[in-house]
Amino acid sequence: MEHSPQSIQAKLERILPTVQKPGRYTGGEYNQVLKDWGKIPIKVALIFPDLYELGMSNLGIAILYDIINQRQDALAERAFSPWTDMEAALRESDIPLYSLESKHPLSDFDIIGFSLPYESLFTNTINALDLSGIPIFSADRNHNHPLIIAGGHATFNPEPMHPFIDAFVIGEGEEVIEEIIDTFKAWRIKGAQRSELLLELSQIWGMYVPSLYDAHYHPDGTFSHLEKRDSSAPLPIIKRIVAKLPPPTTNLIVPYIDTVHNRVPIEIMRGCTRGCRFCHAGMIMRPVRERPVEEIVQAIHKSLEATGFEEVGLLSLSSSDYTHALELVQRVRDEFHDRHLSISLPSMRIESFSVKLMDALAEDRKGGFTLAPEAATERMRNIINKPVSTQQLLDTAQAIFDHGWTKIKLYFMIGHPRETMEDVQAIADLCKAVLKIGRREVGNRAKVIAGVSTFIPKPHTPFQWVPCDTIEQIEAKQELLRRELRGNGLKLNWNAPQETMMEAWLSRGDRRMAEVVYLAWQRGAKFDAWHEHFRYDLWLEAFEAVDLKPEFYTHRKRLIDETFPWEHLSTTIRKKYLTEDYLMSLEGLTRVDCRQRCFACGILPTFNELRRANPGDVWQCPEVKSKKLSTKEILLQAK
Amino acid sequence: MRIQITFRKTNAMRFTGHLDLLRAWERTFRRSGLPLAYSQGFNPRPKMSLSSALPLGFISDFELLDAHMESEIPLEEIMVDLERSLPPGIEIRQIIEVDRHAPPLQKLLIAAEYQVTFLDPFPQIVARIEKIIEAEELPRIRRNKPYNLRPLIEELQLIPNDKDGRQRLKMRLTAREGATGRPDEVVDQMGYDPQATLIIRTRLIFIEQ
Repeated sequence: MEHSPQSIQAKLERILPTVQKPGRYTGGEYNQVLKDWGKIPIKVALIFPDLYELGMSNLGIAILYDIINQRQDALAERAFSPWTDMEAALRESDIPLYSLESKHPLSDFDIIGFSLPYESLFTNTINALDLSGIPIFSADRNHNHPLIIAGGHATFNPEPMHPFIDAFVIGEGEEVIEEIIDTFKAWRIKGAQRSELLLELSQIWGMYVPSLYDAHYHPDGTFSHLEKRDSSAPLPIIKRIVAKLPPPTTNLIVPYIDTVHNRVPIEIMRGCTRGCRFCHAGMIMRPVRERPVEEIVQAIHKSLEATGFEEVGLLSLSSSDYTHALELVQRVRDEFHDRHLSISLPSMRIESFSVKLMDALAEDRKGGFTLAPEAATERMRNIINKPVSTQQLLDTAQAIFDHGWTKIKLYFMIGHPRETMEDVQAIADLCKAVLKIGRREVGNRAKVIAGVSTFIPKPHTPFQWVPCDTIEQIEAKQELLRRELRGNGLKLNWNAPQETMMEAWLSRGDRRMAEVVYLAWQRGAKFDAWHEHFRYDLWLEAFEAVDLKPEFYTHRKRLIDETFPWEHLSTTIRKKYLTEDYLMSLEGLTRVDCRQRCFACGILPTFNELRRANPGDVWQCPEVKSKKLSTKEILLQAK
Repeated sequence: MRIQITFRKTNAMRFTGHLDLLRAWERTFRRSGLPLAYSQGFNPRPKMSLSSALPLGFISDFELLDAHMESEIPLEEIMVDLERSLPPGIEIRQIIEVDRHAPPLQKLLIAAEYQVTFLDPFPQIVARIEKIIEAEELPRIRRNKPYNLRPLIEELQLIPNDKDGRQRLKMRLTAREGATGRPDEVVDQMGYDPQATLIIRTRLIFIEQ
């Protein structure tokens, strides 16, 4: 049956009153962009494959939406995953997944872009294709179907999704999205084959077209190598970066209903120089690039006028590392203090400077103060390269309570390499020590909330070799924490170990994992990030059906010289650097913040020309003086 | 100064709940640059309130917002600034100034009028209306509590079909604190699926002052 916006709208009138939170499915919000469908040649649908409330809090979608809609020749509309009640209603009434703006079925778009920040969205991605009536496998699509692309942090190892997506964006999207649209437009005018489009896309810096390669494995199941099917396909594929952060997006959509982050998000810097060994973002988002204070302040003004939001989030991986943090906070306080505005500055380092910053900003202390020591002993923090002394942590907690906060949230991980039960016990002891300080300062109002997640080894990090804890190990550690962290003023949050397993096998999965993902979805897996939906049993059945073992991906100790199935996707950080860093961790050796000393991780040799063109504060990497090779030459030679 | 805004709530806005609607108004004021007054203290809240919560999915021709401003501004100016900043789905019908010390609107509300459009044919409609009007008592349960719907129905009558030939009726239901009739419950009592209707609140009725 043919679907049109009119037929979809008419059916929606009937079903919207029957579902939970229909405001998720209406569109029409303030600042949404609705262009004249018939007059715009290139139509892009941006999908965040989870609920509206999460997707509307995703900065990547907001940025791309703005960039695409600024073009005269393109439009961008949004779609999100329908909750299960709405999915049932859509299927029952034969309504395909549609865009919120114009209510066009997604299959009417030219390009569909999925945002994949984390692996637990994989099954929802397949489900969204299925709900749209678009063939799930790339190989089954023809020129009548939209081009399916995906980007986001999880696509730095996209292999478990390789047969479903036509082309992946590896890295930052601001510039590459323009090139994708230009390439698509030129290809359509030419009227060439779809395979030609894919080949042309593969020539764009940062694009990975999986169908242009075959994967080979050793008899023991480990990855051997990737073979090109077409000689012009690039290998390795170098991640995309923007040399200089463009001014922040200010024309944000204002949702009708409450969302997870209902605020103006302003990214103050991108990347992090700390080099924590577990941190995926810290490795893949290099180099560190900062926005000038003035640009940030102007962006806040502009976005508040455009949206009316009452909250601003100043975002980065490590806010107190922003070079002009104090100046920024003072400017913001001076210019916005009478605006009934709440300003958040998440990701603070464990030092008294952070308390000073927050003190200058915060009027409302109800939310508590968050610190992320990640581990509770100095030995463990050295292993993960987050060297903070316990005394410094306690002093920071003291300063926080001194300045009027009554609640401290402490984030830890269990399952770090070489962790013992003593290290886990130390988490409980440290929380109690912090609570004791709080009791002394603010009495019984003091609260300590311990968020203890489980470490998942991530690709492209120094811990990519490390086995993940087994369910039994995790349960024993969580049991200890539950036993120790009870009583007044203490609260413990943790993750179900089965959910950790799923993220673990998807994170370091290879191409064979795609069949597991597909079969799990076929059996009903979706909304895997939602505790109430996650079905471990379906995943295990899927593994069984394809004769793969989850332990191969989760608990196996990788050999130091193993080739990984994600290595062809280059973050430009050299494997030698990661190997060294891993070996250093085994010795308990740390590396200092790389602003103090460059460790030649690989960013600068690859991008030295970009760095030269953007001198000074724009990057936190050392300046590049002499000219060695052109970017083009490096892209060709990069390894 | 204190103002009272009569507005329509339509389209996608009808799926916005009471708190989210209040937030939409706060953001409208913030975009407009008008000096909305805020409460004092650690967590300042805008000084404004909505007259009567509207169930999710209902359209309304008659919603009332009560808002305090930090300074005196001509009503025409307020109108222009707000209209420029409104989200889709809110239409302002009227803005008046009210006495700063007048009691809140919720205290004065006594009844509300609704118009119900039946999306599917409902041949028994006339008989069902009569049956309800003639009933002495209509015992029902709302949130596990028994109550009598009949005294809450002040008026129930058929009105001409809409331009698509769909049947419609009009009702006036009591709307006092602790005694509020819901139009979807009346429809349900008539033996018709309330989800296959379009309900519009057409008027709020207040005690004459």
